[in-house]
Amino acid sequence: MAVASDTAKTIESATGGDYKYGFVTDIDMDFAPRGLNEDIVRFISAKKNEPDWLLEWRLKSYRRWLTMTEPRWARVRYAAIDYQAAYYYAAPKSTELLDSLDEVDPELLRTYEKLGIPLEEQKMLAGVAVDAVFDSVSVATTYKEKLAEEGIIFCSFSEAVQTQPELVRKYLGSVVPYSDNFYATLNSAVFSDGSFVYIPRGVRCPMELSTYFRINAENTGQFERTLVIADAGSYVSYLEGCTAPMRDENQLHAAVVELVALDDAQIKYSTVQNWYPGDKDGKGGIFNFVTKRGACRGVNSKISWTQIETGSAITWKYPSCILQGDNSVGEFYSVAVTNNHQQADTGTKMIHIGKNTRSTIITKGISAGKGQNTYRGQVKILPGADGARNYTQCDALLIGDQCGGHTIPYIEVRNPTAHVEHEATTSKISDDQLFYCMQRGLSAEDAISMIVNGFCKQVLMELPMEFAVEAQKLLDISLEGSVG
Amino acid sequence: MAKKTPLLEVKDLHVKVEGKNILRGIDLTVKAGEVHAVMGPNGSGKSTLAHVLAGREGYEVTKGGVRFAGSDLLAMAPEERAREGLFLAFQYPVEIPGVSGMNFLKSALNEMRKHRRLPELDAMDFLTLAREKMRLLEIDEKLIQRAVNVGFSGGEKKRNEVFQMAMLEPRLAVLDETDSGLDIDALKIVANGVNSMRSPDRAIILITHYQRLLDYVVPDKVHVLAHGRIAKSGGRKLALELEKKGYGAFGQSAASVAA
Repeated sequence: MAVASDTAKTIESATGGDYKYGFVTDIDMDFAPRGLNEDIVRFISAKKNEPDWLLEWRLKSYRRWLTMTEPRWARVRYAAIDYQAAYYYAAPKSTELLDSLDEVDPELLRTYEKLGIPLEEQKMLAGVAVDAVFDSVSVATTYKEKLAEEGIIFCSFSEAVQTQPELVRKYLGSVVPYSDNFYATLNSAVFSDGSFVYIPRGVRCPMELSTYFRINAENTGQFERTLVIADAGSYVSYLEGCTAPMRDENQLHAAVVELVALDDAQIKYSTVQNWYPGDKDGKGGIFNFVTKRGACRGVNSKISWTQIETGSAITWKYPSCILQGDNSVGEFYSVAVTNNHQQADTGTKMIHIGKNTRSTIITKGISAGKGQNTYRGQVKILPGADGARNYTQCDALLIGDQCGGHTIPYIEVRNPTAHVEHEATTSKISDDQLFYCMQRGLSAEDAISMIVNGFCKQVLMELPMEFAVEAQKLLDISLEGSVG
Repeated sequence: MAKKTPLLEVKDLHVKVEGKNILRGIDLTVKAGEVHAVMGPNGSGKSTLAHVLAGREGYEVTKGGVRFAGSDLLAMAPEERAREGLFLAFQYPVEIPGVSGMNFLKSALNEMRKHRRLPELDAMDFLTLAREKMRLLEIDEKLIQRAVNVGFSGGEKKRNEVFQMAMLEPRLAVLDETDSGLDIDALKIVANGVNSMRSPDRAIILITHYQRLLDYVVPDKVHVLAHGRIAKSGGRKLALELEKKGYGAFGQSAASVAA
């Protein structure tokens, strides 16, 4: 209980004290009109009181976006998106000063509770700083003071624009350029909020930094923007978890995450993605079109991505590493689950530029129902990357006979000293396995859960402890009803 | 008193597999404390009987029934049968990659214990129990650290089945050709395991093609299965007789009974 009230207090103070850069007044009116044009981009920027250079950057992105077309190479199918029908800016209601937890919108608390995440669960998550993003704007930031003692900056992106303009200006778009791809460019024009992290030189971040993302307003595109900078010799572990309530309409989510690791720095970025996948017949669900990329810019730097993707109707996501610094290391560990009508096309890119750069890719794709699961990955060894090494292992597990698992690796080697290994397997949970487990007293669902968890163990092990437990539960929930 | 009700009562059991009649009227009564051997040539229906008892899908019971400790066995789901104390040692134990034997067996045992309203065992208690049984069965402790049956030799798989049986302490154990493919040393270890399980509260059905297992596990009754029926029942001598004469006398090809 002590921890719970601590958390509550921290949230009170965070929602109270730090909420001065924007929209406290007139909050109910904080919807931009439907649709997208330059005025909307200007509106968003003005709402956030942004400097001119950032507005210009947004406009440049918007103009570029107009010339681009949606990528169609992924193995996913969906009806055309009407970008003019969506809202591009929505701030949450009731973010006024609160004296206690009792004053938090009970609807919000209920949503959290239903999702089995924050306020209650934070009791157990003691020691984890939480920056809850509800809709497009951060409503709570915790443990800030403790982090500040170390010189760590962990705040909402909009706040960083105000308080850390030099850092934002230096690194924004430096890993994912504004012109990168259709969705990233759209994000660059209309991004709403997200997280900003800066770990100073030589500092080891004393706790896992955690952000819970939520999508809660109907017809609202969600455009998160996250930037994590690990200065020389620093270390940070960042957790990102997502859930969303039931929704009938498709919602577009196009986030951009940029990571920068300087000399000897390490970034560990973990995601549990559990957005609404649509109903059993494939109606509704989130479109998750995300661009995540990390630059190992310094020598001996390391970036490690771990993702557990169980939600969303459609996932289009390739967390990647640009291994620029000599001896830098990139890792990608992934579990992607598609059940019912879910479709996922996900994987990574490892671009080896520096000497003796190393990368590891371990992916586990699980398909059930009519789910389609594609691993798509690129390993690229450039001419200067002497002694580069890559190891890739892609495993697919099928449950039932109407789903699909696909592996599409691209390997491009332009240096004769490189070592590249690729292994892939496809297996099916067989009736024999299920019967064997049931003969030992396990229910079919428990048996599947056990087999699936065994299949994913290599990846789950990479997650921080409290996330691993949540991830296991999620795997069970998302495969519910997959036994024929 | 309890012995008045047979543990297993199979009555006039007819079973079809893919439209073909495989079992054509099996009658078999097994009481607690007894060891029965069911012998027969290939294709006589031995494994079908084992699978029907355990509740495998794809077997259509067209006539007759099975009672287990007085209850309708065929009405129960496979996992319920297991929790009620029916154990099948598989002829071909299946591999489950990524799931350690320890995790698997601990979950299974705790399901049984929950069903019997016993407290679940934690990892330490489980390990203590497992070590004790492993010593008894001369099983390398590393076996349960590995994924279930993955990369096991034929003998290791069979020993692992007997080990699981020892851990789960069923009321009725059906061993489906657990002796096949074993060398003489492994056979002795398996036989010792089975013998150590003999108890007044427990019944064991040994399904086997050969009689050599019966040199080590002496059955109370021997049944010969042919054409989906029990063609003859008798004592230990029947097995020895079969060894001499083969199954020819029962109208099926004279497959060798001696190993």
